[in-house]
Amino acid sequence: MWQIIHKMGSPPWFYRFAERVLRWALPLVLILLVVGAVWGMLFAPPDFRQGNSYRIIFIHVPASVVALAGYYVMAFAGAVSLIWKIKMADTAMRAVAPVGAALTFIGLVTGAVWGKPTWGTWWIWDARITSMLILFFLYVGVMALFEAYENKAAAAKACAVLSLVGTVNIPIIYKSVDWWYSLHQPASISFSGSTAIDTSMLYPLLLMIVAFYGLFACCVMLNMRAELLDTHRGANWLQREILERN
Amino acid sequence: MQPDLFQFLWDQTCRQLRVGVSKPSEVLNPLLFFVMVVTLFPIGLGPNPEQLAILAPGILWVVALLSNLTVSGRLFAADFEDGSLEQLVLAEHPLALTGLSQVIAHWLLSGVTLTLVSPLFALMLNLPAQAIPVLMMSLLLGSFSLSLVGGIGAALTVGIQRGGLLLSVLIIPLYVPVLVFGVSAVSEAAGGGDPARWLALLGAFAAGGVVLAPLAIAAGLRISLDS
Amino acid sequence: MAFDSLQAFWYMAGHGAYVWGAYGVTALMLVMLVWRPIARARHTRQQILAEVRRAQSDQAAVLLEVADAP
Repeated sequence: MWQIIHKMGSPPWFYRFAERVLRWALPLVLILLVVGAVWGMLFAPPDFRQGNSYRIIFIHVPASVVALAGYYVMAFAGAVSLIWKIKMADTAMRAVAPVGAALTFIGLVTGAVWGKPTWGTWWIWDARITSMLILFFLYVGVMALFEAYENKAAAAKACAVLSLVGTVNIPIIYKSVDWWYSLHQPASISFSGSTAIDTSMLYPLLLMIVAFYGLFACCVMLNMRAELLDTHRGANWLQREILERN
Repeated sequence: MQPDLFQFLWDQTCRQLRVGVSKPSEVLNPLLFFVMVVTLFPIGLGPNPEQLAILAPGILWVVALLSNLTVSGRLFAADFEDGSLEQLVLAEHPLALTGLSQVIAHWLLSGVTLTLVSPLFALMLNLPAQAIPVLMMSLLLGSFSLSLVGGIGAALTVGIQRGGLLLSVLIIPLYVPVLVFGVSAVSEAAGGGDPARWLALLGAFAAGGVVLAPLAIAAGLRISLDS
Repeated sequence: MAFDSLQAFWYMAGHGAYVWGAYGVTALMLVMLVWRPIARARHTRQQILAEVRRAQSDQAAVLLEVADAP
């Protein structure tokens, strides 16, 4: 574990690693996404209650799941950077924030679009959607804090502290919003209850979740690589690496 | 904890209180803010007493939260500007305790005073009388949590010019559980239910916050001073 | 396959606009998410490459001058 973190902490090693992995991982993830989408759109049977509008589930749920996990990844990177003072962890933390925010946004938009044919309204203050919205605010907060600091090393540390505070809070926020919702709304219209999902719908959903996790990892690595190129412009190892490629 | 640390916490809190009391406007302004914003609601929503009674817990709690937000940003500003924060960082006593003392003093001056004037506005908004003790209890507990969370935001943004709006962006999402617990307690009491579990949750949040928030505040202050 | 015809696939029994809209927005966001760091990396890489080439040609010029000197 320590060795992996240590290795990952070395920019040259990570740059080479990212170049090597992204070359096959990115196309693979894109293929998985297309396969999952076609499966969900074309081959999965329509839902007996919601008809075809439920097909949004194949992007809504994966985006939401990965967006939430992304916050924990960001906080973990923040903790690593605070404890072991590894610069690379700062880079990772910065790279996660926009990806997580974008996925949260996708979750919100697809949720709203799904809501229209299902509930008859674009927006409903449902427990899950409200939690998603708050998660989006948490991401936005981390990004805004980073932009506000002039000193980028301090900015990264501040964001690490903030994301750790957020991590402690997220379960409480989710739970409290859940209680708040059940207090105001008898659970009559909760359609996302624990009704068993048929395997013909479950498999494409699982595939999409895997694909979104892969996409998340790829985007984070892409962002980290772009950041490394920017901050290590003058470094010899980077120049040599680029010359070799050409 | 060693006894002299308690002594230190006590001394610091008293010092902060004296500083706060010496500037009465800083105590009064959040209260005036609370009073005025509460007044806006009947004007905006219409004077129907029944409707106001339903909305009262939410109105009172949201406005209390906003009033806390307006003062939280200044929590460490004075000490940062005159340089005494740097000395506190270098002092032998843990910075977390210093931060906690600032938060406690801030809470005594803002949250507790707000709790004391809240019954008046609860009556004006037609909140059922049996809910008023619960409102006060929930505000007392909840505003301490709000001040702790606000302290984290204040510590992280103290070095940033015009950090006020940024602070709201950072901490409003973290305020959500406190708001939920507080409003639920008051609504429950107003509807004749038992608010005990919500008050217990508020207490639990405050207890957790008093342990963890000072650590984050200390880390935030160090980062702000380094930058 | 869940649909009989292309029209049915497109129309989705009245839900087509929602479903296709959601997929469209998502696809757009994901493409941006992937494309932006790639473009940024390519841009920086070219800058670095140009810099290195310039430095190399400067070095070569200096060497030539040294060789020319009597």
